[in-house]
Amino acid sequence: MNHNAPSLPLTTSVRYKRRLMPKLNRLKPIVAVLPFIVFFYLFQLTPLFWVLVNSFISEGEWSLEHYQEILDSAFILQGFKNSVWLAFWSSLFGLLIAACLVSSLRHLDGKIRDAVVAFTNMSSNFSGVPLAFAFIIILGTNGALTLLLKQYGIIDDFNLYGSHGLLALYIYFQIPLGALLLYPAFDALKKDWQEAAALLGASQRQYWLKIALPVLSPALLGTFIILFANAIGAYASVYALTAGNFNVVTVRIASLVSGDLFLEPNLAAAISVVLIGLLAFITAINQWLVSRSYHAKR
Amino acid sequence: MQNVNLMAHRITVYSIIALLALPIMATFVYSLSSHWGASILPDGFTFKWYAELFSDSRFIAAFGRSLFVCVLALVLAMLLMLPTIFVVFYYFPQYDKVMNILILLPFAVPPVVSSVGLLQFYADSPFTMLGTPWILIGTYFTIALPFIYRAVSNSFIAINVKDLVDAAHLLGASTPKAFLFVILPNLKKGIMASMFLSFSFLLGEFVFANILVGTRYETLQVYLYNMRQTSGHFTSALVMTYFAFIFLCTWLGSRFSKGNLS
Repeated sequence: MNHNAPSLPLTTSVRYKRRLMPKLNRLKPIVAVLPFIVFFYLFQLTPLFWVLVNSFISEGEWSLEHYQEILDSAFILQGFKNSVWLAFWSSLFGLLIAACLVSSLRHLDGKIRDAVVAFTNMSSNFSGVPLAFAFIIILGTNGALTLLLKQYGIIDDFNLYGSHGLLALYIYFQIPLGALLLYPAFDALKKDWQEAAALLGASQRQYWLKIALPVLSPALLGTFIILFANAIGAYASVYALTAGNFNVVTVRIASLVSGDLFLEPNLAAAISVVLIGLLAFITAINQWLVSRSYHAKR
Repeated sequence: MQNVNLMAHRITVYSIIALLALPIMATFVYSLSSHWGASILPDGFTFKWYAELFSDSRFIAAFGRSLFVCVLALVLAMLLMLPTIFVVFYYFPQYDKVMNILILLPFAVPPVVSSVGLLQFYADSPFTMLGTPWILIGTYFTIALPFIYRAVSNSFIAINVKDLVDAAHLLGASTPKAFLFVILPNLKKGIMASMFLSFSFLLGEFVFANILVGTRYETLQVYLYNMRQTSGHFTSALVMTYFAFIFLCTWLGSRFSKGNLS
């Protein structure tokens, strides 16, 4: 083996070296990548592989039992339904608000723009457990905003720990992420296009419908998918807000591997595979939509 | 007309920013107020929650553990990634596409799913990994991966790797030497920027820390979660301290990445 070369006696080693050098030289770059491959394999690929394999194992034998169990369990299916509902609406609202922010921001001057970009960058890190705590403070049962809105009679009662409270929380963490993903895309819109369209008699609405949206659609769709995946995989904020009492699919998975009772890691693996499958399916639809859009047609 | 439009854009931007800033501001005010019960404004202001927080040895310990795990994970990620990105760009540029797909994995697979696999895989491993900081360092390397690869490969594109290394070769340097003394100094800004940005991201990681390790090696986020039953003012002070730290890191990160552009 080549690796033995240095341990040989000096004279032979020199002779070997001359012959082996070109080969060794070609191997050197691979050696530099090897540690990365090992770590990536150990911490990213094997866990995924184990999830896939274990999802098909029931009581030591290959079976589809866990998948059958998912289909039979109204509880798990409800988790999926809640997750998809939250992910869809939060991505849609998040995307819309982020798009408003980014498109309006283009009209403000550079300094404010930089400050806003820096702020969204920072607030994108305000998620998970700290965000859930902040929401409890302002929108909880005795939260300042809840009281304020109640006082003016805008709301009767707001349950932060239910689906609408969670939706508000989800939208909050989707906005900065959506904005960060959309900033570069909106730069593709040239200012002259709008002027040219206006010169040719197009209204603002026509410009957006016929020019801007078709150009932006791949970016908007792509951002939607990332937001969707982000929301459906979210766990920390729901867990911190509802202590795992709201039924979403990530809470189901986690409770089957780290709960106090009823540990069923292989069922958790099967739910995980279905979740990944769902994400892959949505990404595939997205790819198909993108391929039909403006950029592909050129 | 132009002015009205500009006004509308301003209002849009400022109201969305205000919306985003609201929870942060509210937490800040809450952390400084002595009592804020069933009323819209707090009763009085005090620093006692911060004093209490910084005198809590459990907080200091958790913060220290988080710093240890995040710094080590980033050092590991850099040690593994820099040679890899160099090899990809210098020897096999066609593999950049493969790498771009690979680095999507940690992004696309929800942490909960990864942790199911990690729990099962490392439960039977000969070394104790679960419940130790080492498994966190390994998994944090994977979540930092997309950030680091994107940022550093962007700096690689900005410099001409092939020419620089060839010039170093002509002057008698070996390839590792050229990498260390010619390429690395040129990447400093991209490296620093991605380090700070992924640091602030890693510090906020909760899922892996809670499922894989939990209270056996309590990190900042797990500590924060475990403190949920205590006074809301205390947790607010905790959240604000954490956020100030994040703020500092993101600010440093964007300073470095901006310097990189000019």
